[in-house]
Amino acid sequence: MLFLSQLINGLQLGSIYALVALGYSMVYGIIMLLNFAHGDIIMMGGYFALVAFAATTNPVLAIIATIVGCVVLAVVIEKVAYKPLRQAPRISLLITAIGVSLFLQNLAQLIWTANTRAFPSTEIIPAITFNVGGLSISLNIIVTICVSVLSMVLLAFIVQKTKMGKAMRAVSEDTEAAQLMGINVNNTITYTFIIGSALAGIGAILYCCRYPIVNPTMGSLLGLKAFVAAVLGGIGSIPGAMIGGFAIGLAEVFVTSIGLSAWTDAVVFAVLIVVLLIKPTGFMGASMTEKV
Amino acid sequence: MDKLVKVPSNALIPERDLGKLPILDIRHLGIDFGGLSAVDDFNLTIGRTEIAGLIGPNGAGKTTVFNLLTNVYHPTRGSILLDGKDTAGKKTYQLNKMGIARTFQNIRLFKNLTVEDNVKIGLHNATDYSMAQAILRLPVYWKEEKKAHEKALELLSLFDMQDMADWKAGSLPYGAQRRLEIVRALATKPGIMLLDEPAAGMNPSETAELMENIRKIRDTFHIAIMLIEHDMNLVMGICEGIAVLNYGRIIAKGSPEEIKSNPMVIEAYLGKKGGAKAHA
Amino acid sequence: MKQYYKRISMPARYLINLVLIIAFLAAGNAIVSGGVINRAQSSIILQVGIYIILAVSLNIVTGYLGQLPLGHAGFMAVGAYAGAIFWKSGYGASLPAGLSIIIGLIFAGIVAAIFGIIIGVPALRLKGDYLAIITLGFGEIIRVCIINLPSITGGTPGLMGIPKYSTFLVVYIAVVISCAIIHMLMKSRHGRAILSIRENEIAAESCGINITYYKVMAFAVSSFFAGIAGALYAGYQGLLTPASFDFMASINILVMVVLGGMGSMIGSIIAAAVLTSLPLALQALNTYRMVIYSLLLIIVMIFKPSGLMGTYDFSMSRILERIINFKQIRADKKAKKAGDANG
Repeated sequence: MLFLSQLINGLQLGSIYALVALGYSMVYGIIMLLNFAHGDIIMMGGYFALVAFAATTNPVLAIIATIVGCVVLAVVIEKVAYKPLRQAPRISLLITAIGVSLFLQNLAQLIWTANTRAFPSTEIIPAITFNVGGLSISLNIIVTICVSVLSMVLLAFIVQKTKMGKAMRAVSEDTEAAQLMGINVNNTITYTFIIGSALAGIGAILYCCRYPIVNPTMGSLLGLKAFVAAVLGGIGSIPGAMIGGFAIGLAEVFVTSIGLSAWTDAVVFAVLIVVLLIKPTGFMGASMTEKV
Repeated sequence: MDKLVKVPSNALIPERDLGKLPILDIRHLGIDFGGLSAVDDFNLTIGRTEIAGLIGPNGAGKTTVFNLLTNVYHPTRGSILLDGKDTAGKKTYQLNKMGIARTFQNIRLFKNLTVEDNVKIGLHNATDYSMAQAILRLPVYWKEEKKAHEKALELLSLFDMQDMADWKAGSLPYGAQRRLEIVRALATKPGIMLLDEPAAGMNPSETAELMENIRKIRDTFHIAIMLIEHDMNLVMGICEGIAVLNYGRIIAKGSPEEIKSNPMVIEAYLGKKGGAKAHA
Repeated sequence: MKQYYKRISMPARYLINLVLIIAFLAAGNAIVSGGVINRAQSSIILQVGIYIILAVSLNIVTGYLGQLPLGHAGFMAVGAYAGAIFWKSGYGASLPAGLSIIIGLIFAGIVAAIFGIIIGVPALRLKGDYLAIITLGFGEIIRVCIINLPSITGGTPGLMGIPKYSTFLVVYIAVVISCAIIHMLMKSRHGRAILSIRENEIAAESCGINITYYKVMAFAVSSFFAGIAGALYAGYQGLLTPASFDFMASINILVMVVLGGMGSMIGSIIAAAVLTSLPLALQALNTYRMVIYSLLLIIVMIFKPSGLMGTYDFSMSRILERIINFKQIRADKKAKKAGDANG
């Protein structure tokens, strides 16, 4: 029974990681950038939710404001910081992303101070607990898992079935060839950022409902772990990001449950290192070889 | 140019290299990529001072052969004897030490370093001092660095490039970049040098000069040279033995005259007569 | 440079550098101990020195080898704790201070280098982004280990009572020796091998360079000096807490290297000096410091991706050569101009 409740717990955390990991994975797939700022977009999403809820006291409006806020922020970042570097060496782009991440953290600290704030999680998802055969499951967990799975299904649909999805796949396969086929690469990249950051907005709300606090550095560890999840699953691969997210979520919960909570982060990274050494491109990643 | 003669293993090498161990003896070499064989049953012997050509239509697998010979790709089948020693399982840098050097189709210079440093990197294993000796700037460091400097200029002067020693490699004109790659390969003291399209992008007079230089290098350093090239004037002009590759297999081997008149080669390059008609 | 320009001979170059180093030492010592500046300012000078070593050592891997490790603070931490534990132990305490400092620093460097090799061997099998992630992971693991092994490291509250060995003289000598060794290494066949890997791995390997060996070597040397800087940091603070070595600390060092210009030692030195002293000197800016840092980083990447100094390397002798050849160079320039005008 304990095992089962831990499993559900892990699935909840894992589905949040998966949502965030998808953002990393999609951006990497399309512009080969490890978007370090993604975790901080989630942090900003937490603050957006906080501010919007304080202003409107309407959970639905707060959720919409969060998603819109994350999307706008991500698109602005892409246009201002990443777009000028399309032709630059990869290392420059990566360092820029680190710069953006730092900037967002410190901007949040300037605006909202470094203090941790409480997040009104129960106002957004009521604290109801169901009892299923001796197993108590909170509404929070059910909502998180359902929303995540739905988002992922929707994403899979967009990528596989729509015209924009086809363009995204084409650009990530070969940017130049896609351009020659008449695909607007800049628009496609923008769409990718929109989808990735919308998922981040949803992830922000779900994460804050699970750990009801907000502070300027909350994005970095969440981001790092989601990022580990994306790499673990094979960065650039959508199913990989989901598998990686669940793997990290479950690993974290089970390590904590056997009383090693202080070592959780180390275990997460150790798992990553071991996987990368055995299969350098993650579970589902395509191998890349340089043509000689 | 010596005429080709058959050795007991049925391979052809120039007459003057008879009685010496061939520099390269390739047997049944093959590699598969995802179930498809890119090169198959590749057999070739190259004499110690031979200039050999590897030709074939685009996508025939010529560069793959070079990558197999330098273990950039590891062969699925077959064996390579370099100077009589099996190269299986060796790393690329170990093969270089064993005597194989190469240039690249898409030039791979150390662009942000000077021309002289490019050559000195080729001289890496010939320059002999340890890290501690370098950090302490012991006399052996100065002696070896001086030697490397002189050797680099000497090699550059082969192509009359000694005045460009301080230039950044990336700022050289295209033809000079190709020449620098050859100099760098030569600096590693190879027994055989593999040149991947050395004349690509060169004009006829540059190509003619390159032909002279390739011959000069062979005669000065007594090494074998194997080259991939699409410029038939160059190939027919300097190669003693030529192998023609199509769909990963050797379809013809022999002297330039034999290759020129071989119907299979003509077909590989121009297509079947019937096929051409069917398209029209 | 054409042959007829006057060149300064090698021994003379070394002599010039030696004179400069001693002059700086004398001036610095006079300023620090002569009461010209206050305690806070002299502590800034010590921090600048420590960060110079960190930036210059990271530059080996980032600038010269062309990889992007994100866990440099981890190696600094290993060195810091190794040095601190040695100095606090019976062995360290029983030795005369001078000897204890030297052995402690070298010990710290060696332990960090061993970690560098342990981490480098697997990490360097991966390239680019994956290397960045895996070193980031190792950096975090080191930090978690420090937190969770309080019997050795003092845990979260920290390791206290470390002898404050990091005087101006000690830090200065360490900076000079570190920079000199790295410079000598880079201007040798080993250094060229490292550069060739940055430029083109496949070509480097086909030139007979054992790229795995040189990658691991560069990584080990880089961690060695990070370890020394860590030990100096321990001797400067007198107290070590794991929070000083988090991911942000690694990024801080990286920012210095990138802004200074990847592959330029003088760039790293200047950036480390400016970025360390500026915010400390101007406390008023402190609130905005990190915002400005991050914006600077983005702006420099967009407008000058090679960093402020590019790959330029400072040489006093080269400047002197320009001065003694001034007339000749000017005459040549004029002649060239005239030639251009005619042709």
